[in-house]
Amino acid sequence: MKAVITVTGKDVVGIIAKVSAACAEYSANIVDISQSVLSEYFAMIMVVEIDGLAVHFTEFVDRMKELGEQNGLVIHTMHEDVFNAMHHI
Amino acid sequence: MLNMNDVMETIHMIEGENLDIRTITMGISLLDCVSEDADRFCDKIYDKITKKAEKLVATGNEIEKMYGIPIVNKRVSVTPIAIAGGALSPDGFVQVAKTLDRAADTLGINFIGGFGALVQKGFTAGDRNLLAAIPEALASTGKVCSSVNVASTKAGINMDAVAMMGDIIKDCAYRTKDADSIGCAKLVVFANVPEDNPFMAGAFHGVGEPDSVINVGVSGPGVVASAIKRAGDCDFSTLADIIKRTAFKITRMGQLVAYEASRRLDAPFGIVDLSLAPTPAVGDSVAHILEGMGLEKCGAHGTTAALALLNDAVKKGGVMASSHVGGLSGAFIPVSEDAGMIDAVACGSLTIEKLEAMTAVCSVGLDMIAIPGDTPADVICGIIADEISIGVANTKTTAVRVIPAYGKKAGDNVEFGGLLGYAPVMKLNTMSPAAFIARGGRIPAPIHSLKN
Repeated sequence: MKAVITVTGKDVVGIIAKVSAACAEYSANIVDISQSVLSEYFAMIMVVEIDGLAVHFTEFVDRMKELGEQNGLVIHTMHEDVFNAMHHI
Repeated sequence: MLNMNDVMETIHMIEGENLDIRTITMGISLLDCVSEDADRFCDKIYDKITKKAEKLVATGNEIEKMYGIPIVNKRVSVTPIAIAGGALSPDGFVQVAKTLDRAADTLGINFIGGFGALVQKGFTAGDRNLLAAIPEALASTGKVCSSVNVASTKAGINMDAVAMMGDIIKDCAYRTKDADSIGCAKLVVFANVPEDNPFMAGAFHGVGEPDSVINVGVSGPGVVASAIKRAGDCDFSTLADIIKRTAFKITRMGQLVAYEASRRLDAPFGIVDLSLAPTPAVGDSVAHILEGMGLEKCGAHGTTAALALLNDAVKKGGVMASSHVGGLSGAFIPVSEDAGMIDAVACGSLTIEKLEAMTAVCSVGLDMIAIPGDTPADVICGIIADEISIGVANTKTTAVRVIPAYGKKAGDNVEFGGLLGYAPVMKLNTMSPAAFIARGGRIPAPIHSLKN
């Protein structure tokens, strides 16, 4: 199973490092990253495998959200089924 | 592969446009709890409801976290109590209502539906006793919802039941007068009532349903309104297409949640109800969708056409997105629960006559409309008879949920709070239909019901 982590906010040094470090801490394996900066606005979508997650998925969602709040970013972590259901027939 | 735009669109729908799953409603049959002894019946239904739906709220919260989509309400609907408790007295029915309220408290849900009767063709003794118990039941409970089906296209209109409902609604208003007659907000009078509707106050668990079932109601007026705004100045074919696409995406969320809830709760998946259900929150209004199509204000001439287009396109888009669509599925037009409707009434653009016309093409009926507290019961019966006739003649569900707010006059405001919102009291035509209503008996079924 996979989850999608989206990170948005004002661009600063080290965003990817912090998010990746958190993924490593909770054993979420990163399989894809797509990232861009537009007018100092940072946007990243990260796909991670959550089968071997060290904590319960809902706790992982909370921890990532907190990480965002601590760094002035908005981080959403959602199960990939949501996007597949909505955008693929 | 996931597309960045798709991901951001989904997140924007949830964060910026109020996309949510409005309710996961578990339907529970009470037919195996039947007893002529009220105490025994109450013990059995309390045990069954609290056991079957024990994990409903926790499961709803878990799914909300897992998928990142808000699931606003978790609710329970039960077999119409007049059927399951057919042997009870009015006092017995009040005791049942209190038991249902207690079960709702135990489960942590905000409404439980099914304190009702199906009397489209006539009454059983149990039906009469339940109807007699409705005012006391709704006044002495907080979470119990009641619905009475008084007509169907196949059976015609039970005008004796219509005549009784006027007095019952007035009595409910009086008994809850200290809370702006909120008792009436928990009571709906239906024609052609669906047996799998997950939305309150009209939800109940039909007799053809399995022992327990999961029905999900999705919502998202804000998402549709934003999509129409982004489309700008397009023609009607394009407009309908945009609504269909949006309804499809919204319904897919409902389908996903319904399957997951069904799996986790070990109850079969019933239906997804793809209704656009407004809330008083900014950006969550059906009236604003209609205005976004080009009307100066909801209620303007052209409103019925706009609503017909919206309702049809929502159904078409949603049907392909779910394996089973049911319930009310379409656009709700409650007044007090929709910021745009409230504005339209307050500025004089939207009248009750126009609302009645709109109900011929919306998914339900005259919903959450505050009327003067001194409205005679026979005028309320006239409102019901008119609205129910629209449903019977057009083979669609219609309903009446009016609140004759005690002590309030046209132009005053009533405040229900929460999702029920607030409403300006609407002016009515008070010419009396008393002699018409007093004839009693049944209005025969219309001819097009005899197709089979």
